[in-house]
Amino acid sequence: MSGEIVLRMEGISKAFPGVQALDNVDFEAAAGEVVALVGENGAGKSTLMKILCGAYRKDRGRIILDGREIEIENPYHAQRLGIAIIYQEFNLTPNQSVAANIFMAREPRSPGIGRWLNLVDRHRMEREARQYLDRVGARISPSSLVRDLSVAQQQMVEVAKALAVNARIIIMDEPTSALGEDEVEFLFRIIGTLKEQGLTVIFISHRLEEVFRVADRVVVLRDGRRVGNMPIQETTPEQVIRLMVGRELTEMFRKRKVEIGPPLLEVRGLTRRGVVHDVSFTLHRGEILGVAGLVGAGRTEMARLLFGVDRKDRGAILIEGKPVEIHSPVDAVAAGLGLVPEDRGLQGLVLSLSVRENIVLPTLDQHARAGWVNRLSVRQTAQEYVEKLNIRTPHLGQQAMYLSGGNQQKVVLAKWLASRPKVLIMDEPTRGIDVGAKAEVHALMSQLAQSGMGIIMISSELPEILGMSDRILVMHEGRVAAILDRAEATQEVIMAYASGEKRQT
Amino acid sequence: MGKVNIVGTLSSGNWRRILSKQEFGVFLILLLLVGSLSLYTDTFLTPTNIFNVLRAFSWIAISAFGQCMVIITGGIDLSVGSVMGLSGLVTAMLLVQGVHIPVAVLAGLLVGLIIGFLNGLMITAGKLPPFIATLGSLLMARGLCYGLSGGWPVRDLPLAFRNLGQYDLPIGNVGVPLPLIFMIILALVTSAFLSRTVWGYRIYALGGNETATALSGINTNRVKRMVYSLCGLLAAVGGILMTARLGVAAPTAAQGYELDVIAAAVVGGTSLKGGEGTILGVLIGAAIMQVLRNGLVLIGVSAYWLQAVQGLVIVVAIMLDQVRKRRR
Repeated sequence: MSGEIVLRMEGISKAFPGVQALDNVDFEAAAGEVVALVGENGAGKSTLMKILCGAYRKDRGRIILDGREIEIENPYHAQRLGIAIIYQEFNLTPNQSVAANIFMAREPRSPGIGRWLNLVDRHRMEREARQYLDRVGARISPSSLVRDLSVAQQQMVEVAKALAVNARIIIMDEPTSALGEDEVEFLFRIIGTLKEQGLTVIFISHRLEEVFRVADRVVVLRDGRRVGNMPIQETTPEQVIRLMVGRELTEMFRKRKVEIGPPLLEVRGLTRRGVVHDVSFTLHRGEILGVAGLVGAGRTEMARLLFGVDRKDRGAILIEGKPVEIHSPVDAVAAGLGLVPEDRGLQGLVLSLSVRENIVLPTLDQHARAGWVNRLSVRQTAQEYVEKLNIRTPHLGQQAMYLSGGNQQKVVLAKWLASRPKVLIMDEPTRGIDVGAKAEVHALMSQLAQSGMGIIMISSELPEILGMSDRILVMHEGRVAAILDRAEATQEVIMAYASGEKRQT
Repeated sequence: MGKVNIVGTLSSGNWRRILSKQEFGVFLILLLLVGSLSLYTDTFLTPTNIFNVLRAFSWIAISAFGQCMVIITGGIDLSVGSVMGLSGLVTAMLLVQGVHIPVAVLAGLLVGLIIGFLNGLMITAGKLPPFIATLGSLLMARGLCYGLSGGWPVRDLPLAFRNLGQYDLPIGNVGVPLPLIFMIILALVTSAFLSRTVWGYRIYALGGNETATALSGINTNRVKRMVYSLCGLLAAVGGILMTARLGVAAPTAAQGYELDVIAAAVVGGTSLKGGEGTILGVLIGAAIMQVLRNGLVLIGVSAYWLQAVQGLVIVVAIMLDQVRKRRR
């Protein structure tokens, strides 16, 4: 089916401060071929594709398109070269028509004087838009507004838009993550059509079942390197998973042995329609429960439900055997929960406030009498935690925005430790911080567990999950796919549950 | 930092800290204005004129204290002008009915508090953007002014009430206007409230990052309701003092003052993005606006040019502030 090679990327490298995102990666694709690009979170898939579509510049390597070496300057240049990318988040303007979106920035002008006045020839635009929509087999009126379309229909508009700029290589970043099952079937039919028309489709996905249904070839990335490149007939899901995770566990992540106590937090049937379904688990004193899963599996959403940020449709939460009603973060904090959120800058810290003020934010009342803040007590508490957590800051009055990522994260931790929660929920506690700070955070988590706290740790890094957790809850599409003991968990087993290959019954 | 300053002079680090202080830039502008006006006119730097300036800017400043708090949370209150007018009018109408002064004043304050609280309610429970909610109450409160008064000004207010705005308290051998004293007291109180109480901490936190503040277990809606209520209350104080000074409550009183109030806060370094601002800055900002108004009249510039100059000063002051922030 596949024709000649149209795209060849050779020895592509790209570094970001602190990480080598891509290291000497080769990648090629032929006309009429569907190439699946797979790998764990952070393996470098997106970086590679962003280089191809001009969003990032490569540090080293060559890109050869149709036998000619090219230098892709920017996204607009990539588009002119016939490379289009469809992101998970669509680039559509919801209040404009389908046709206007397909011809965004290239609207046909009316003939005659209309050209001088920059009048849009709406009839011609809609007529031509219909041709592109037909090519993807979409039954959508070009004049309907994008905001009235379903997610699947919007995706078709994105594909039609790519065709309208004469794209020959279409990159789809997790195209199925927002679709229902029928819609996925339809998308696969579209991909089939594009293939017949001789287009190249690069398909980034976490879901191996889909990869094996739709792709001709699969390329596996791990830690910025290409570790696999196989025709789909010559491989198996098991082999692909092994290649994706095949990494040695380092001793860095090791939870100290801690006596597991009585149940602390019980969650029963936690549900928010369309996001989290029927999640139940028990967390014990001194236990670290790791929560693994792919991006979009509903882990952060589950944490937000627990903490009362989003409203749950169903489900009960018990703390130390007593049911608690949590409708807001205020209730959650009162019930003894703490949340170290995913994004420090956006959710964890008030960057414009000082280290001191951030640390005491959840516990201000304890430092005040009749509303009057005791500044000495605030300073002492802040000083205590700065020393305890080894937060490197020139002084307590330093604004949080001037600290490094690792130290910012420690400030977020400090503010929750100062509130002495029974249960601490940590969402990606070590993402984007350097190795040293990471080890310090891990040591601290061990200490906290030792002191009887229960910790829920959401992480996309399997070594961290395997090293730090006593038990591991694996989520897939908003549900609990498995709850594993540390003894029975391996990277392969977790990935099999997380990608939906396996299901615990 | 942490260097001990043995010599007892300001080290370069200390200087830099003072220079980068938010209030410093605007304070320079104020000094510049006052300095040049004192040189060019022999009428500006007289006790009478200075106290006139201070008296006239006190009610704008008092309202701006509340506005400052609202803006620190990242919001805006457009209704303050109308609230000033309405609370003054309600007080005046009760007074001419023969109601005791403390009761009438209290009623006027209550009007401001209630409108402020309703603003807060529309913004939190009603999920309206602050701009829209307070634009609505700007019109509603002004409409009440016209409706209640039938369009006629309320005159013949009792002397004891007028003294609130007109009396000069003899301190030493100068008479200090009473509104100025009220303003200084309120400045100290609100400043302490913002910098020393739990509520103040929460106001800055809310403006700096609403999500993180809510995730810290703070009821951000309650903070907002309180801030808008206080803003209404302070506007009422300003409105009543203004009415006492003028001795008459017109339904059109304080019309458009919301812009002066917002300008005072913003010129004083309160960031419209939220999370930043001080009462001292607002005080300086309000002073600049009033000195400008007074100074142009003294120089002999036609009052018709006033707004154009004010607009220019606002824009220039904010631009200078941006430059200072970028340098940091």
